[in-house]
Amino acid sequence: MTTIASDNPFSAAEQHTLTAFAGAVIPASAEYGVPGADDAQIVADILATARPHYEAVRPGLGFQDTVAAAAYGVPFAELSEADRADFVERSNTEGGFDHIEWEFDPGAIAGQRTLISIILQCYYRDDRVMQSLEMEPRPPFPQGFEVEQGDWSLLEPVKQRGKIYRPA
Amino acid sequence: MTEPVDVLIVGAGASGAAVAWSLAETRMRIVCLEQGDWMNPAEYPSSGRDWESRAFSDMSISPNRRKRETDYPVNDANSPISVANFNAVGGSTILYAGHFPRFHPSDFRVKSLDGVADDWPIDYDMLEPFYAENDRMMGVSGLGGDPAYPPKQAILPPLPLGKSGATIARGFNKMGWHWWPSDTAIATAEYDGRDRCINLGACSSGCAQGAKASTDITYWPHAVRAGVEVRTRCRVREITVNADGMASGVVYYDRDGVEQFQAAQVVIVACNGVGTPRLLLNSQSGAFPNGLANSSGLVGKNLMFHPYASIQGIFDEPLDGYRGPGVCIWSQEFYETDQDRGFVRGYTYEINRGRGPVATAATGMFSGRIPWGAGHHERYRELFNRIAGMVGICEDLPEEHNTVTLDPELTDGHGIPAPKIDYTLSENSRRMLDHAVARATEVLEAAGAVDVITEAPIGVGGWHLMGTARMGTDPERSVVNEWGRAHDVKNLFIVDGSIFVTSAGVNPTRTIQALALYVADSMKRRLANLFD
Repeated sequence: MTTIASDNPFSAAEQHTLTAFAGAVIPASAEYGVPGADDAQIVADILATARPHYEAVRPGLGFQDTVAAAAYGVPFAELSEADRADFVERSNTEGGFDHIEWEFDPGAIAGQRTLISIILQCYYRDDRVMQSLEMEPRPPFPQGFEVEQGDWSLLEPVKQRGKIYRPA
Repeated sequence: MTEPVDVLIVGAGASGAAVAWSLAETRMRIVCLEQGDWMNPAEYPSSGRDWESRAFSDMSISPNRRKRETDYPVNDANSPISVANFNAVGGSTILYAGHFPRFHPSDFRVKSLDGVADDWPIDYDMLEPFYAENDRMMGVSGLGGDPAYPPKQAILPPLPLGKSGATIARGFNKMGWHWWPSDTAIATAEYDGRDRCINLGACSSGCAQGAKASTDITYWPHAVRAGVEVRTRCRVREITVNADGMASGVVYYDRDGVEQFQAAQVVIVACNGVGTPRLLLNSQSGAFPNGLANSSGLVGKNLMFHPYASIQGIFDEPLDGYRGPGVCIWSQEFYETDQDRGFVRGYTYEINRGRGPVATAATGMFSGRIPWGAGHHERYRELFNRIAGMVGICEDLPEEHNTVTLDPELTDGHGIPAPKIDYTLSENSRRMLDHAVARATEVLEAAGAVDVITEAPIGVGGWHLMGTARMGTDPERSVVNEWGRAHDVKNLFIVDGSIFVTSAGVNPTRTIQALALYVADSMKRRLANLFD
């Protein structure tokens, strides 16, 4: 799942923003023993996965820069650690950026959603992340999974109630 | 021009497969044209690490997102529910969940019982032998004795309840409400060359195990062995008519994009509730200036989806999560009409077992339950393997203003006008959705859910496409007669969900296939005077 540089439509600046944004959304955690979404291997997967969706994702990346510039005076990737933490905190709060002026752009909002979706797709198929969730790092097929039968005696009260369909 | 055939079927999905298999015993020359390919199960998403991602791309339920060469675009901008389908041998059964309920007897008598819509010209008892035949062909798993249905025999044992099914069943029991193991088109034991379900959890993006009954691995192998020819990558542009006003064949584009004409004695349309009206409306001629078989003006009208409500609970204890088929049990507590609820007709709850790691994250983040930043991991783990719930499948009543027409600008890769959807959610549906959300929230809380996430209607949930070439005895109020033959064209038949008069409150595939077998049987009984 590596990207080929010549196929990559993302500019260096866009890759920089994307990496910083992915790490802000899902940072590394020593407590859970997982990398952040800005891990190089995961970012390479994100770039490869996002490639066919570049036109949709690009406004989402630009949106981060627009908001960061309005709120902190610099593009997203250049935010200080404190400002990035503040950005994340405000993003988690409804109306967190009401104090700044920015133009609502549905394309940018949709782009951000697509970008986050791709970050999640790539992050949660990473071996290290799956193992931290006690999943085997493998596709479902061909081994499959076990599902317990469950308690079939739960049906008894339903049976006792009798027919409920309407005759026609 | 290719050699004429006796029967030409357009579409190799749920209904096209069933009608082809049934007619094969006549030894007529039967050809099926399918715009998609034969699928290779080894390439289904569950064989790869990116199995959840592919539901957002090449195996998406949305043709507009998927954009395979074999797809056609659908303009559904003027609808709160977008169209879901799949184009391949097997059609949308490639991606369906395999939830496989029958209609109820009351579903065929809506006007008589509840004073709305119209009664069907056939009833449950007429269809029952064909339900049973289809159950054998598809290999239905379930448990006999469901008090919500007349007696019916299960072919295979039910899917396991699992932790999720048992947990939610306890909630239903606390409320004193009906639930039962779902009938599913998923083999729980080896059956007719198919292997048993091994709980891959990716039913809705194709079953690599071959346990799920998509028609490419159920009906079609039998039909092909019996002599039916399937031509893939053949997209039909229009049905042609002769001077007598009878269908003479179809014009289609072959896999090389070359225009071809296939002559036929009988044409059977099996393209679903959007594809079928699209084809009929694209088949304009001097005799049929408003589209083929459209003297009633009802081709493309009365489009019914099933508005879906999603109600998902978050539990403290681990459930099945990503393991196992999504479907496990159903409830039809609120299926039959009770006017005190503020709406007519009703709905089925289809209980969902859980979701994968990516879907868990997306559900949590897009509903505001999983934050960005340092708190992400802890909160994620509070949801992972702990989400289970249900969807409410609401009966959609026919309304003529809900339509499939031809888009004036949008076309597919062959330049054929694409379908345009205009659909409004009715007040009755809105009330039913609200009721489904409220009652499901109660049952999930009774089952121990600590939080509930809802969405109604599900915007991407246009899985079921019905009503756009309705069945009836009155040529002014219907497109096909009571055995599927077009009123206007006596050698033209329709066998897919477009002939539904009403939608019921259940997934339609089992009834679509039973109807296709019934239409085929009606044809076989009348072979000597089929066009009278």
